[in-house]
Amino acid sequence: MNQFTYTRVSTKDTAIAALAKDKTAMFLAGGTNLIDLMKSGVTSPERLVDINALPLATIEETKTGLRIGALAKNSVVAEDKLILKHFPLLSQALSAGASPQLRNMATVGGNMMQRTRCHYFYDLALPCNKRQPGRGCGALGGFNRMHAIFGTSELCIAVHPSDMCVALTALDATVLIAGPKGERTIPFGEFHRLPGTTPEKDNTLQRGELIMAVDIPFNKLADHAHYLKVRDRASYAFALVSVGAALDISGGNIREARLAMGGVAHKPWRLTEAEAVLKGQPATEDTFRKAAEAAMKGARSFGGNDFKLTLAPNTIVEALKTASGRV
Amino acid sequence: MSDQLKNAEEYTSGTSRRSFLKQSSLITAIALAPNAVVKAAEEGLDEKIAAAIEQMPLNVTINGVKQNLKIEPRVTLLDLLRERLQLTGTKKGCDHGQCGACTVHIDGQRVNSCLTLAVTTEGKQVTTIEGLAHGEELHPMQQAFLDHDGFQCGYCTPGQIMSAVCCIREGHADSPEEIREYMSGNICRCGAYSNIVDAIMDVKQGGKKV
Repeated sequence: MNQFTYTRVSTKDTAIAALAKDKTAMFLAGGTNLIDLMKSGVTSPERLVDINALPLATIEETKTGLRIGALAKNSVVAEDKLILKHFPLLSQALSAGASPQLRNMATVGGNMMQRTRCHYFYDLALPCNKRQPGRGCGALGGFNRMHAIFGTSELCIAVHPSDMCVALTALDATVLIAGPKGERTIPFGEFHRLPGTTPEKDNTLQRGELIMAVDIPFNKLADHAHYLKVRDRASYAFALVSVGAALDISGGNIREARLAMGGVAHKPWRLTEAEAVLKGQPATEDTFRKAAEAAMKGARSFGGNDFKLTLAPNTIVEALKTASGRV
Repeated sequence: MSDQLKNAEEYTSGTSRRSFLKQSSLITAIALAPNAVVKAAEEGLDEKIAAAIEQMPLNVTINGVKQNLKIEPRVTLLDLLRERLQLTGTKKGCDHGQCGACTVHIDGQRVNSCLTLAVTTEGKQVTTIEGLAHGEELHPMQQAFLDHDGFQCGYCTPGQIMSAVCCIREGHADSPEEIREYMSGNICRCGAYSNIVDAIMDVKQGGKKV
């Protein structure tokens, strides 16, 4: 690991000021991805600004929903009583991610900021436009079993690896951000971005900004929620495809549906067209299959990940069946 | 906020060290050195030399023993334990948070020490496999791993045991399936998993305090 200077801060303002002072500085929270990237030489900040002492680890009820502090640990959020009661989808997604040790370290904000696990991104000897713009994409014509089928560009087909973010996208969360110019909020679905011509940018956070909290509005989806993650082993692996499904069902009919997929795009992939297909329809396998077909419009595979064109719709149907209680 | 934290507030590594070096190297340069060295000092090269070796104070309690150390910010907790404190029971497997061999407890929570910068453990309690037994009396989980042959080569065992203790403490050891899920962060290449699950079930059902 390259040398760096370490600064410990305990307020929002000093954190933001510390980053503004040093162009190569980065915030350090749980470190589970950042330290790994630094060991691999993918990222080499000359200063780490440790924000773990900031008072941003609480989960609290607001008038309209729950607010989760950016420094709340993944393990704490996953087992929090308020989260389990109101947003079981989020709890399930978090518990499906990483390992118990990593969940004890990783934070909500850090989970959002984690980089892709594309092997071409991690291996300095191989080309990657995300790591080194203009160098080319090794995954396009290479080993791309884990890669995206939606929203890809000529420059990058990497996927965002988070489970938590899939649930937060489906739950219509918003992100509270503080920066040198004050605070702002953005819809969770607009936090991460597609690669386009600038795959080096994972998200819309501006340089020097700090994630403060995530707000999730109350809904009526808690009784019919399921996160289904398909992976190469039963636990502790990144998703090939994952689906977060949450339904409001009354008298056998779907009043409202939320669907998002992981492992298929550069950002958590919200399935708005499929949601529209589900709305107002009976909660049957036939309806779920139609929704899955709608969800797959525009999908494109790259050889190694051709199987995802079949796996993804099947996973959508299975997640909806379990969520609706019609297994 | 604790006093310790208050004192540490807005603390930046190497500040005092750096200014000390700057002053001392200037004095040395003036006293001994050819003009080139004086010039180098004036140009701030000593800043770079200082940055390359800057050390941070670290006060951390490891297995009940208070340690007052000076370390580089880039040292991981795993390397501090093994290379500086000779606590080699904690193993380095992948060094990337994928195998769990480096699992230790920080303030009672299991974590990967390979992804933990040692400087971030300021003021905390760290427990390693060496701190689990009471003198000659093994911790119930250590005894259970022996009783059930919960290992072959033994390299992953310290991490497995540290993780297993927390698996029970967290309340995730009620069935073999649950144990397998909540022990998934610890890889055993010998494949001793079934015996490891037996050992954890045994401790859980035995009801001894872990």
